[in-house]
Amino acid sequence: MSRLEGSRRTGRGRGLAFQLALWLSLAVGFLTLGALLVQVFTKGFARVDGKLFTDPPSFDPLIAGARPAIFATLWLMGLVFLFAVPVGIGTAIYLEEYARKDRWYNRLLEVNIQNLAAVPSIVYGILGLAFLVRGLGLGRVVLAGGMILTLLVLPTVIIAAREALRAVPGSIREGAVALGATQWQVVWRQVLPAAVPGIATGSILALSRAIGETAPLIMVGAVTYISFNPSLLGPFTALPIQIYTWTNQPQEEFRVLAAAAIIVLLVILLVMNSFAIVIRNRYQKRW
Amino acid sequence: MSSDTEATPVRLASPSTLDQRDTGAGAPFRESVFDVSDATVTYDGAPAVQGVSLEIHRNQITAIIGPSGCGKSTFIRCFNRLNDLIPSARVLGRFMYHGEDLYGAGVDPVEVRKRVGMVFQKPNPFPKSIYDNVAFGARVLGMKENLDARVERALEQAALWDEVKDRLKKGALSLSGGQQQRLCIARALATEPEVILMDEPASALDPIATTRIEDLMHELKREYTILIVTHNMQQAARVADMTAFFSVERGAEGQRHGILVEYDRTDKIFTQPTDKRTEDYVTGRFG
Repeated sequence: MSRLEGSRRTGRGRGLAFQLALWLSLAVGFLTLGALLVQVFTKGFARVDGKLFTDPPSFDPLIAGARPAIFATLWLMGLVFLFAVPVGIGTAIYLEEYARKDRWYNRLLEVNIQNLAAVPSIVYGILGLAFLVRGLGLGRVVLAGGMILTLLVLPTVIIAAREALRAVPGSIREGAVALGATQWQVVWRQVLPAAVPGIATGSILALSRAIGETAPLIMVGAVTYISFNPSLLGPFTALPIQIYTWTNQPQEEFRVLAAAAIIVLLVILLVMNSFAIVIRNRYQKRW
Repeated sequence: MSSDTEATPVRLASPSTLDQRDTGAGAPFRESVFDVSDATVTYDGAPAVQGVSLEIHRNQITAIIGPSGCGKSTFIRCFNRLNDLIPSARVLGRFMYHGEDLYGAGVDPVEVRKRVGMVFQKPNPFPKSIYDNVAFGARVLGMKENLDARVERALEQAALWDEVKDRLKKGALSLSGGQQQRLCIARALATEPEVILMDEPASALDPIATTRIEDLMHELKREYTILIVTHNMQQAARVADMTAFFSVERGAEGQRHGILVEYDRTDKIFTQPTDKRTEDYVTGRFG
């Protein structure tokens, strides 16, 4: 009896130590993020006013706003969604449902997509500059920015969509085929609807990555000062670039402005991510 | 029924053309639906089941019994060409369906599956409403007239109508396991096939649900031809008219594959089998 008690006590000690280590790990991320949020909010919250949304940037920090940058960021998100989601889902469907895994070219394709997901974003920026801005002659426009961000997040969307498709049990496919459905009908009427929650969350999380990207946009020539709203084929800036520009200014008021813009960016992010959570909870299926 | 069905040459004969050739003078003669000769299925060249020849008779329940790994499931999946889904699988030998080779050139697997429905081991309702589950086959096959009536009839045949008639729009996954399996049977019946394949349809169900499925099979055999795989010998003895006993044999290089040992009337298989291996199996001296 006493032997049993003894061993249990050491076991409990180790368990506690382990749990403590886990809390510590959690605290690192949580406290850093918390500190960042507190700092940004105390500094910038008062500056999140009408002017920020309605006025263009200015050399006078007290009257400056981020309207063109906010619009451009929304433009970019819209374009990335429009391009990356259909292409990403299409690629994922091919790889999961149609591609024969024993063919070398399909395996090559898979490895490549996984590698592309890890390529630094600046490299995509260089590609965008060489291929889109100069090669295709698009110029330094919103469309080029949207396209390069699309290429950047496409591997992430593909990987997320593939996971979602793979999570649909094979018994669903078999059941549909046994009822006389063609492969296309199986995919379109059963597999894809069942995979929607996973695909949607994955796509939105990929978009969240695109919203914070700065480097590739600088490469494709987002400008730092612009006073009018962007259009598809016009010059643009984006929120992260605007924030970066402002933090580089000597005046303290610009830092406050940057903090306010960060809050706007965070809110857009939060809205997108909560949308992902709502979709996931609403359409979640159990097998 | 009259001979109003002139099927196009490559299409399979409609079951209704055959009614007129039905049994003469109450003789035990049963018209054959499938005539299988020397069937072998290989995966990557290795046989899973080898050299099976048997006839499946109309409006009878034919059971396939045997130990694990004897290729029962592999074999039954040949009848609706479900093995087509596995790239490494090859089906050799002949599967004649009313005189037409199921694997002949020009045979459309969708046409085969329209006539040969299937119910799987684990209930696999689609994550959709009860109604949409039953209507799926009819929809993909383009049988869209009187869909409501078709769904109702199928659910009635599967003895599920009374339990679900007030919640047809509810999700199928809310049903109990036994109800789900009857829903899968209804789903298979809705496209009015001639044959129903059942791959261990009750193995995931409790005894009460199992009894209901067995009662249902007795009802269904008046209109359908049923082929059932079961590892439950009592079940075969209860429901089947004919029983095929499969066993595992070792090939020249020690590789295992399934063979048909004996095929006869169920009472004969269970009371006076001619093969020693059958006797050992049905008396429980094997596996």
